[in-house]
Amino acid sequence: MIRYLFTRFLHALFVLWGAFTLSFVLLQVMPGDAVLVKFQDPELGLSPQQIADMRATYGADESAITQYAHVLGRTLHGNLGYSIETGLPVGQMLHAAYPTTLRLAIVSFTGALAFAAICCALAILLSGNPVGRYLAAAIGAIPGITSGIPVFWLEIVAIQLVSFHWKLIPVVGLSGWSAVLLPGLALAIPISAPLAQVFMAAAHRVEALPFIDVLRARGVSPLRILYAHILPNALPPTLTVSGLVFGEILAGAVVTETVFGLDGLGQLAQQAVASQDVAVLQAIILISVSGFVSIGFASEIIQPLLDPRIGRSARQRKY
Amino acid sequence: MPHHITPTRLAVALPIIVLALAAFWPALFSSQNPLTGQPSEYLTAPSAHHWFGTDQFGRDVFARVIYGSFSTLSSAVLAVSVSLLLAIPAGLLAGLGSPRVERAIRACADIVLSIPEIFLSLSIITLIGPGAIHVALAVGISQTAGFVRMIHTEVARVQATEYMEAAIGIGGTFSQVVLRHVLPNSLTPALALASLRLGTAILAISTICFLGYGPPPPTPEWGLMITEGRDYLSTAWWITTFPGLAIIFSAWTASLVSHAIRSKP
Repeated sequence: MIRYLFTRFLHALFVLWGAFTLSFVLLQVMPGDAVLVKFQDPELGLSPQQIADMRATYGADESAITQYAHVLGRTLHGNLGYSIETGLPVGQMLHAAYPTTLRLAIVSFTGALAFAAICCALAILLSGNPVGRYLAAAIGAIPGITSGIPVFWLEIVAIQLVSFHWKLIPVVGLSGWSAVLLPGLALAIPISAPLAQVFMAAAHRVEALPFIDVLRARGVSPLRILYAHILPNALPPTLTVSGLVFGEILAGAVVTETVFGLDGLGQLAQQAVASQDVAVLQAIILISVSGFVSIGFASEIIQPLLDPRIGRSARQRKY
Repeated sequence: MPHHITPTRLAVALPIIVLALAAFWPALFSSQNPLTGQPSEYLTAPSAHHWFGTDQFGRDVFARVIYGSFSTLSSAVLAVSVSLLLAIPAGLLAGLGSPRVERAIRACADIVLSIPEIFLSLSIITLIGPGAIHVALAVGISQTAGFVRMIHTEVARVQATEYMEAAIGIGGTFSQVVLRHVLPNSLTPALALASLRLGTAILAISTICFLGYGPPPPTPEWGLMITEGRDYLSTAWWITTFPGLAIIFSAWTASLVSHAIRSKP
């Protein structure tokens, strides 16, 4: 097991390095580097000499290999470089932006998991009933529809209804957790689609197992079977899609923070693309890949603890 | 294979026909001009004359939604074609090449898949600049790794079958076996994935256009229309609502097609 985890850890490090290199190739080895793009603007009135000095400061005048070695070296020392747009250290900008995104992610993930569990519980409870069957089938179709809803549109509709029409939550003047409540819950709806799909499939598989029949025969109430036996057993397979959900939450954060004007990592990424601020964009990619890789690694450790059967097969599985 | 029309097939075919007609023959649905409107009729609510109302320039929202289908749907088809075009050779190479090649391609796919797709597309747009075709290319390239992984798995599955052994056993050359057996047998899952990814491509493209990296105004594009309508949210709900419903409808159609392909006997 230790040996298996060690190889997984090395693989995670390799993926992190690869993503870093790929983002470097994509963003920093482009013709006409970011410094040139930014300071060439004739309105700034910079002389060619000044631009050359600027490029030397940011290290843009060196060869790609030298730049790569330099950027990799300073990143390994925890220095993420400086933003071309604001001149601030990237680390400082990320430090200011991450709490908002973290709160948004927590609210939307919790909301999505709750929504998936409710869909799943209703589908299981109703499927036993001859009339409820059709309702259960309709609930089963919900994730297929919610996964096709564009996040930005849903949020605009949410603002329209919740803030303007019903006047429940104001759009401006919120801070902390209250600022991410409406955005997080709106984001939770499309995010819950993959969770609900896997949750329902797993719950139906558990429901068909013989031990559920035994419980029914012993007269345990359907509700108790549901929350004490089916849902807990269906949860571990559901958590395997959390890596995918993490990516969707980050993608959703870019849009959500733009729609609601929240200053988190998503909006930072959006602005970095608009101003071609490569150091910021690269740092955000690095953070999201580390998050993705850590979630994968963590679920790799937790899964066998939750379900001993998985540990045995995972070790035998070819990478 | 039977070719008669069943209710299920009709149910899948109908939305596709509607979308294709809207994309290639928009005048069939709306006689109004999507680009120029009557300034005197700005921000009017949906009515018999303007089914989806009018926007801040007095343009007919229904006409803009219909004419907008070409931009989004053609970009999505281009995006998925780009992914397939890049992924088929890579997937075949991974499945048929030496273990070293296989490992290298798998490692590359793992790396690309670890980056959230939206950041990958936005990075590519930073590199090549905004625009309708650039957005399609960026989304297509970002989706490629998933296709490579899937095609690789399929090729490996086909390779392990007995008819492959037989085909090689009776003296089939490498290219014959690949073209006659490996490709056609890996194609159905690839097509199912392709149509599913058509739906995610529609969402990704409209998201990037919403963020402002797609075609410039006054192009009728669903994501862009929603951005433009945001300022009139409290008074004119119809400008943002209908393009969103169009996006949901086309994404849902793509998932229907994918489902139909997968459930084919």
